[in-house]
Amino acid sequence: MVKTSLPREEYLISGHFACPGCGAALSMRIALKALGKKAVLSIPACCWAVIPGPFPYRNLEVPLLYTAFEVTGASVSGLSEGFKAMGEDAIVVGWAGDGGTADIGLQSLSAAVERGHDFIYVMYDNEAYMNTGIQRSSATPEYAWTTTTPVGKREFWKKGWKKDMVGIMVAHRIPYAATATPAFPEDMYRKFKKAASIKGPKFIHILSPCPPGWRFPEEKTIEVARKAVLSKVFPLYEVENGRWRVTFKPARFIPVEEYLRMQGRFRYLPEDAVRYVQETVDREWERLLRKEELSKEGPIW
Amino acid sequence: MPYPWQELEEAPIARVPTSEIKRSSWRTMRPVIDYDRCISCMICWKFCPDVAIRIEKAPEGHKYDEIPVIDYDYCKGCGICANECPVKCITMEREEVGP
Repeated sequence: MVKTSLPREEYLISGHFACPGCGAALSMRIALKALGKKAVLSIPACCWAVIPGPFPYRNLEVPLLYTAFEVTGASVSGLSEGFKAMGEDAIVVGWAGDGGTADIGLQSLSAAVERGHDFIYVMYDNEAYMNTGIQRSSATPEYAWTTTTPVGKREFWKKGWKKDMVGIMVAHRIPYAATATPAFPEDMYRKFKKAASIKGPKFIHILSPCPPGWRFPEEKTIEVARKAVLSKVFPLYEVENGRWRVTFKPARFIPVEEYLRMQGRFRYLPEDAVRYVQETVDREWERLLRKEELSKEGPIW
Repeated sequence: MPYPWQELEEAPIARVPTSEIKRSSWRTMRPVIDYDRCISCMICWKFCPDVAIRIEKAPEGHKYDEIPVIDYDYCKGCGICANECPVKCITMEREEVGP
């Protein structure tokens, strides 16, 4: 037997409708390896509403309920309370994209977390409305090209920094919030295992690269996600009851330019914009390390 | 008295697995593993978004007892396996004939 770093059970069925090199499909595969047969998914309109296919088809070995765009939070609240009333042991998972979480589903997610139902909410973040054709969302990073923030002779790129969803969730005093990416599958697996063992609302933010939307060749999916972590654009950390912990501290960082230049959506970026992004991610990284240091004394919400 | 929802018809449940559809027609490049150089690290298996790489028993006399085998019925040819292979033993070859 060859040793594998992840369990061999598969809950994702091949032949699904995701684009070649899809980061979201891979994230689901790793997440379900950790959650296992007990998972029950609730999915609003997002790429994952398309990936399982039209009616007679399914591509998961676990139950899946489709909901409307703005009600994932309400749906997982109801599912989790219903299973509790029936005395059934199930892990309720809300699986929404960045539009369904940071823009449209934010109010129902906020309410569900505030009420404190027992569920895991996963935001797989491809940084725009990729399913409908690359429209900007509030989780789109600054300077990114999308079809609604076009760049040409005049530069209408996305203005304003990406919305910090883990920060918003931590402000709700959530028991567990974390970031993960499929480029570090063991780290993601461990975070899902931990989330499944904690009672109450849990939030996991997954950076899931999208080859057609980010404009990079499809074989680079893992490389892009890995460079996002190594260049401090997407640090891997978890917040457990207000205790911040950076789960992966790279020994050597790469300049943010290396991450930006391999994606077509940033190809036109002027030098001063790259410098601005570098300064901002450096500052954010320092802030994160300070939070980790300070929260050893007491929780930081 | 029954609740109103108890009189409803059963909701449609999707039962046909997507593995009924062969997804190979999406492919333009075909990954081919050179088993002489493969170290059976299973990194390609770990990163496949289509679950198209399976771990199978190696033939008699192979240096490892298990090898990754690409299922060409479902491989979409994204090339993540070739890009991530630590010993670069997977090559992407052009598909010449349709499936």
